Amino acid sequence: MVTFPDGTALLYIDRQLVHEVTSPQAFEGLRLTGRKVRRPELTFATMDHNVPTEDRFNIKDPISKAQVDALSQNCREFGITLYDLKSEHQGIVHIIGPELGLTLPGLTIVCGDSHTSTHGAFGTFALGIGTSEVEHVLAAQCLPQKKPKTFKVEFTGHLNPAVTAKDLILKLIGLIGTAGGTGYVLEYCGEAIRALSMEARMTICNMSIEAGARAGMVAPDETTFQYIASGNRPFAPKSKDFEKAVQFWKTLPTDSDAKFDREMTIDASKIAPQVTWGTSPGMVTDVTNRVPEPDKVPGYSRKDVEHALEYMGLRPGMPVTEIKVDTVFIGSCTNARIEDLRTVAKYFKGRRVASSVRAMIVPGSQQVKKQAEAEGLHEIFKAAGCEWRESGCSMCLAMNPDQLKPGERCASTSNRNFEGRQGKGGRTHLVSPEMAAGAAIEGHFVDIRTWE
Amino acid sequence: MEPFKTQRGLIATLDRANVDTDQIIPKQFLKSIARTGFGESLFFDWRYLPDGKPNPEFVLNQPRFKGASILVARNNFGCGSSREHAVWAIQQYGFQAVIAPWQENGGSRIPAFADIFKNNCSKNVVLTIELSAPEVEEIFLMTDRYAGLEATINLDEQRVTLHLPEEISFHFEIDPAIKARLIHGLDDIGLTLKHEKEIHSFESRHNSQLYK
Repeated sequence: MVTFPDGTALLYIDRQLVHEVTSPQAFEGLRLTGRKVRRPELTFATMDHNVPTEDRFNIKDPISKAQVDALSQNCREFGITLYDLKSEHQGIVHIIGPELGLTLPGLTIVCGDSHTSTHGAFGTFALGIGTSEVEHVLAAQCLPQKKPKTFKVEFTGHLNPAVTAKDLILKLIGLIGTAGGTGYVLEYCGEAIRALSMEARMTICNMSIEAGARAGMVAPDETTFQYIASGNRPFAPKSKDFEKAVQFWKTLPTDSDAKFDREMTIDASKIAPQVTWGTSPGMVTDVTNRVPEPDKVPGYSRKDVEHALEYMGLRPGMPVTEIKVDTVFIGSCTNARIEDLRTVAKYFKGRRVASSVRAMIVPGSQQVKKQAEAEGLHEIFKAAGCEWRESGCSMCLAMNPDQLKPGERCASTSNRNFEGRQGKGGRTHLVSPEMAAGAAIEGHFVDIRTWE
Repeated sequence: MEPFKTQRGLIATLDRANVDTDQIIPKQFLKSIARTGFGESLFFDWRYLPDGKPNPEFVLNQPRFKGASILVARNNFGCGSSREHAVWAIQQYGFQAVIAPWQENGGSRIPAFADIFKNNCSKNVVLTIELSAPEVEEIFLMTDRYAGLEATINLDEQRVTLHLPEEISFHFEIDPAIKARLIHGLDDIGLTLKHEKEIHSFESRHNSQLYK
C-alpha cells in the first residue's frame, strides 16, 4: 500500500480480533483523539480472559466485571460485533476465529494477544500486538511493519502414536530456545505437518510465540479447505464463493525453491512426549528423561536453572515419571478444541482421576462445549471425576477464579510455565492432552506411549 | 507522544534472563481499564512479600537502586504475553530505558528483547537498548563496583555513557524510523492516517474475504 524508504510498509489488516483485557485503553485512546473505528465490520470481539468457568454470568470480582462491561460498552459505541457471554459463539478468541470462518488463508489478522499466531495454521499472516497497535489498527486498519525474516522448520517422518503436535512444538522450543524465533516468521512444513489435522496445526502455530516468533504458518492444503467447508462457519465462503476462494488459496503455498533466512529439519518419528520441568517453555525434556543437572541445560545459565528448579520444587536427577501432580488443567487456546477433548475422553472412559488429583476440563468455546456434550464426552469426564466447565481462558493465565495455590503442581495443556502464571507460587508442567490425561489418572507423569 | 530526552540517570541491574511479561506485571493488574497506576505493581511477585511489605531480597528494593531510571537485565527480556501493561509498569516506575544483551548464535544474533515487548516500548517512548553480552557484563560489574553508578543515554548519537571515574561509552543500533519517532515524539497513528488516500485506494481494490 505504502512502502517507506527504510523498508517499512503499511500492512493492511483484514481482521482484528478483540478481547476485554488489551482493548479498553485502545478504545479510550480513540475517544481522546476523536478517532473512529475505520472498519468495524472487520473487527470482532469476545470476552474470554476474565470469564468464570463455573457460574459464568456471575463475575464476582468487581474489577473483572468492569473490564467485561467496558468491552460491551465499547463494542456498542463503535459498532463492533461482540460474542458476549450470552452468545453461542463465545469462547477463547483464537478458538472462535477459526470456528466462525473468520480465519481464512491469505488474510492478515491481528489481535492484542500473543497467541494470535494460532491463526497461521491456515496460511494466514497473524500477529500478536500490543494495545497501542490495537488502537492503531482500529483507527487505520493498517499497521507499519518491517518484513520479518523467515525460518523454515521441516518435520520429516511420522509421529508415533500418542505423540502430538504439542510435543512437536515443545521439542522445537527446547531445541532453538524461547528467543530462537525472535524476528522470524516460522513456516512449519514436512510430512509430519501435512499429516496433522487443522486443530493440531493450530496447536503448533499457537506456541510459535513461545519460541519468540510473532507468527508461525502452515501452507494451506486440502485439509485446510475441508476444515473451512465443514461445520457451521458463518463467515466462511459458500458454494461459488468457496470454489473461487480455493483457487486463490491454492496459489498461496511457498515456492518449493524458496530461500529462507534459517532452516531446520527435525525427524518427527524420533520425538517422545515432552514435559516441561522449569519456568520457561524451553526448559523441557522427554518424559523418559530425568530432571536435568543445572549445568547441563543448553541455552540456560546454571543460575537460571537452579532458580527454576527451586521454584518448581524439583531435584536434579529425578525421573520425570516420578513427578506427582495435584491438578490437571485441560484447556486454553493451545489445546481446548473438540479433537483434544475427544482424545482425552478416550483415556478417561471407564477410568477414574487419581484421588489426590483435581482435574479440570475447560472447553475453548461454547461451540466446543456444545459439540462435546452432543457426543456425550462430558458424561465420560464427570464419571471419571473431572470437573466439566464453561468456556474461557481459565487457568492458562488465571485471571478468573481458576488458580493454583502456592506450591500446587499442575500438568497443564496450556502454553506457559512462567512463575506464577497459573496462580502465585503455582508450579506448571506443560504437556499434551494425552499426557495430561495420563497424569490425571495415575497422579504422576507416565509415558503415554507405553501406558497400559 | 512526549519526545525522548537525553537524561542522566541511575542504573539498576536485574541479573535474570528470560524475564517474561507475567513477571513484569502479573495478571491481576491487567484488569484495570486505565493506562496509569501500574508502577507500584512492577515485578509484583518478586518485589513484595505475601504480607504486602517490600521484599528486601529483591534487587530493586535495595536502597542503592532507589530512583533508578535505567534498567539493565539479561537476554530475552520481555518474552511471553503481549500485555503493554508491562511497558506501562516499567515506565511508570521510573525507567526510561532498558538495556539487555543480544546473543551470538552461529554467526547470527538472537535479539535481546522479545519482539512484541520491544514494539510496545517504542510506542511508549521507553528505549530498548541492545548491547553485546560483554558490554552488558561490563555494566553489571561496574554497577556492583561503583555504588550509585549513573549513565547518560544519548539517543541522537546512539550512545550509552557510564559515568565512571574514567567514562566509557557503548554505541547502540536502533531502527532509524523508530529513532526519528522517539526524538520528535511523533504520533504513530497520525503518521499512518496521513496516507488516507493510499489506504482508501487499496481498500477499493482489496478483497478482505468477508463473506457475510
